[in-house]
Amino acid sequence: MLEIKNLSARIGDKEILRGVNLTVPDGEVHAIMGPNGAGKSTLSYVLSGREGYEVTGGEVSFNGQDILAMEPEARAAAGIFLAFQYPVELPGVGNANFIRTALNAVRRARGEAELDAVAFLKLARAAIKSLSMSDDMLKRNVNVGFSGGEKKRNEVLQMALLQPGLAILDETDSGLDIDALKIVAEGVNALRSARFSALVITHYQRLLEHIVPDRVHVLAAGRIVRSGGPELALELEAHGYAGLEAA
Amino acid sequence: MPGWRPPDAMTALPTRKLEAFRYTDLRALAQISFGDAPAGTAAAVPDLGIPKLVFYNGVFDRAASSAFAYLQTFAAVAEGSTLPLALINAEHARDGVTIAVPAGVDAGAVLLVSQAQGEAPFAFHPRHRITLGAGAKLTVIEIARGEGVYWHNPVTDIALHEGAVLRLFRLQEESAQAFHLATIRAKIAADAAFESFTCGLGARIARTETHALLMGPGAHTHLNAAQLLGGTQHGDITSCVSHRAPNGASRQTVKSVITDTARGVFQGRIEVDRIAQKTDGYQMNQALLLSAGAEMDIKPELEIFADDVKCSHGATIGALDPEQIFYLRSRGIAEAAARAMLIRAFLDEALEPVDFAPARALFEGAIDAWWQGR
Repeated sequence: MLEIKNLSARIGDKEILRGVNLTVPDGEVHAIMGPNGAGKSTLSYVLSGREGYEVTGGEVSFNGQDILAMEPEARAAAGIFLAFQYPVELPGVGNANFIRTALNAVRRARGEAELDAVAFLKLARAAIKSLSMSDDMLKRNVNVGFSGGEKKRNEVLQMALLQPGLAILDETDSGLDIDALKIVAEGVNALRSARFSALVITHYQRLLEHIVPDRVHVLAAGRIVRSGGPELALELEAHGYAGLEAA
Repeated sequence: MPGWRPPDAMTALPTRKLEAFRYTDLRALAQISFGDAPAGTAAAVPDLGIPKLVFYNGVFDRAASSAFAYLQTFAAVAEGSTLPLALINAEHARDGVTIAVPAGVDAGAVLLVSQAQGEAPFAFHPRHRITLGAGAKLTVIEIARGEGVYWHNPVTDIALHEGAVLRLFRLQEESAQAFHLATIRAKIAADAAFESFTCGLGARIARTETHALLMGPGAHTHLNAAQLLGGTQHGDITSCVSHRAPNGASRQTVKSVITDTARGVFQGRIEVDRIAQKTDGYQMNQALLLSAGAEMDIKPELEIFADDVKCSHGATIGALDPEQIFYLRSRGIAEAAARAMLIRAFLDEALEPVDFAPARALFEGAIDAWWQGR
């Protein structure tokens, strides 16, 4: 379970998050919607431990652990996964090598046995197939020369293999056509279980047609200003975010 | 190299007054009095599953070496150039490997090891010669290692006849107090190829100076290098590629990873003669500076007299990208491992000519060990 209490954070002198309160119980998928500049991406980066964001107040715990005190890699080992809005290109790093190194680092931290190249490839090929990706995606350098859709699918591939307890999807729908969007959504839906929860950060409602959330929250000016069921997303789609800041 | 002039005394050490040594100061070497290399026998030599030729303090150690059909006896040296380090080498050279592969023969691969060890400072100046007949092939893996204060001043003269292919993969892991100043000269005939890669990890001051002469049409060379420098190390990669016939191609990818207050140098010159039309020359130099005190000097030079050529050069200096480090860490990879992965990736392109699996494993192991030792 993810519990965010009164979380405030800034970049330099700029206050971005101003007291976020949010609880995501195990097994649930919550959507965070909001206008540009509301702090959606900042929230995802603060949760995953990116440098440059200063937490000025509040607490975040995941399964009882205070994650704000943890290094990014320790958060990953604890089961937090961030699907990047802009996946990073790593020239010279083979995708298979990258994902296997990550998987084995996480498995080691969790006290599980590491996978050798053969066992990994078997696992990766099965995951690739279910995401309608081509095998050569494993041979290429990480995200180098990938289309927008391929990059996002590569994020979902990593997520499928790392088996996180909490996935944070930062605008995973941006730049995707409808077919790719469906594949990505199926990838997330396939992970849904009593031990998996997700924070789906999106600007638009269309992703939520495919990944149906249990709860929808509206983040505006650094605070959660409204929460509701899936119908809230439809309402926002119809009426926009105008006026929410005042709520 | 143009711009060079013979030093005042023919066997004097080059000083920074010489353009070719402007960025590499050998005064620290000049202050040490080097004696003769002590005699002895080599300790354990790595086994790559190929014949090995072992030199101990510059002298051939027959007992530690394997039989190799193409080995010839060492002959006296007559130096024709005015390269100061080659002149010093010529004056002192007592031994060195001489390999001659007859035309049409694929001689496989051979390991050439230089081991150095001594109490007091000593110097040795091997003169190596590799000649491949028309269409002959050979892969040489060279490892230079040692302990103590010494000066290793090897000169390697290479002659490749028409269509011959020499792959020369060098690992320089000299002692941290050593001076390694290597001169490599290759004459490459028509359609012959000199594929080389130097990996420099050791020595207090290291320099690899390569002169590649593309003498015949269609000659090809790769002069790739990677150097990893820490502490107060100084590493210099200098090359001069001379295209003297049409349709030649040269490729140089040189990568430096520099930390602490170490300093790297790359000087790369490409000369294209008037008759060397359709030359394809490429030179890329990239440095990764991992600390505020790290330094890199880069001097590319193109001198082109032909009008139908494709020559390009580029240089970049940068640091590790924090976005990339965070991406790896967010996937559970610890910071040190993430940095090691990115450094390895940075070097990848330079390793490209190393298509011989035992050599690649050797370099990858050495690079990983360098990083682990930081």
